[in-house]
Amino acid sequence: MEFSTISPIVIFFASIATSNMILNNFLGMCSYIAISSEYKTATGLGKAVTLVIVVTNAINWVIYHLVIVPLKIEYMQYIIFIMVIAATVQIIEMAMDRFVPDLHVSLGIFLPLITVNCAILGSTLFMVIRHYGLLQAILFGIGSGLGWWMAICMLAAIRERMQRAKLPPGLAGAGITFIITGIMALAFVGFSGIFTIQ
Amino acid sequence: MAKESIKQIWNRMVFEDNQVLRSILGICSALAVTSVMSNSLVMGVGLTFTTALSSFTLSAMRNYIPHRIRMIVQTLVIAAYVILVDIVLKAALPEISKQLGPYVGLIITNCIIMGRAEAYAAQNPPIPSFFDGLFAGLGYTLVLMALSLIREILGFGSVFGFTILPESFVRWTIMVMPPAAFFLIGAFIWIMQARAIKKAEKSQGGGK
Repeated sequence: MEFSTISPIVIFFASIATSNMILNNFLGMCSYIAISSEYKTATGLGKAVTLVIVVTNAINWVIYHLVIVPLKIEYMQYIIFIMVIAATVQIIEMAMDRFVPDLHVSLGIFLPLITVNCAILGSTLFMVIRHYGLLQAILFGIGSGLGWWMAICMLAAIRERMQRAKLPPGLAGAGITFIITGIMALAFVGFSGIFTIQ
Repeated sequence: MAKESIKQIWNRMVFEDNQVLRSILGICSALAVTSVMSNSLVMGVGLTFTTALSSFTLSAMRNYIPHRIRMIVQTLVIAAYVILVDIVLKAALPEISKQLGPYVGLIITNCIIMGRAEAYAAQNPPIPSFFDGLFAGLGYTLVLMALSLIREILGFGSVFGFTILPESFVRWTIMVMPPAAFFLIGAFIWIMQARAIKKAEKSQGGGK
């Protein structure tokens, strides 16, 4: 199997700026829209997503290259990946509860939500499609998670300040959230061309 | 719950409760694949197939699944159908399958399917569940087609790959880039919500 030759550092920065999970790849939109009205919860969710993306990317990389490819069961990859993600989230939750209860109190409620967050599965699938090596996959996970975290924080900060703004009744809620995200994505178009990883 | 006719389910899932525009579910793929119409049609068909059949299957199994593990069973059933879609796409339309990339696999985590399985198929018999899933998928497909029609005409000057606008028309490159997808879906949601609010006001005014 040939691995991609792009430097892991480039992948890290590109996954934050030019291939941002939300603003360029539209992944993890459901929780991004639903849980962004408050800055504090948004950061909590961002942290949890970053943690889970990094861990599941590493585990899925090992499973893909040591189990799925040698056994030639690529068609089963979706089921295997989703099971790995669900199991990892469970284990992280239990480990957190046991060793860092404070963190569990602040992040715990978000962890079950994350199993069906498409950013997690999406990042695993991107890593497989683009033939990343292990180091590249891990840095891609860190970058994607940080990019997602940054985007949801920016949105939550803007939405908090907008609470007293007078909006047309139909636009309030999801409508204006998408328009703000559009403006944020427009700003991120400015990064395009610095790195290319696709 | 009172028994609903198939026509009522159609009205509810396609217009009143359109999953994308009213419930804000399944946005990821709705935005990502809509830069060209052929991709969104394929995605819509794939999702409709998966939603309809997984709702049918889960509803048929609903009395046998222990409550505690139902999430994992739902995910497995959905994943099985998505694998079917993926294999068929890879064999029949390799070009489009490559362009859609990870978004075919991401049908598994599409909230519409889980949402229908939880909200409808868990309490209703198989046949209505099948139509509920089918029409939820059709509503999704309609929104995708509308989005990609606007984006493809203005961005590439074509419909389904056939050029219809003259060369002198300056292509709006922004329409095929991510920001335009956000602006358009924001505008769509605005229109739908404004209509729903007006309707609610009217029915209240009529009751006085």
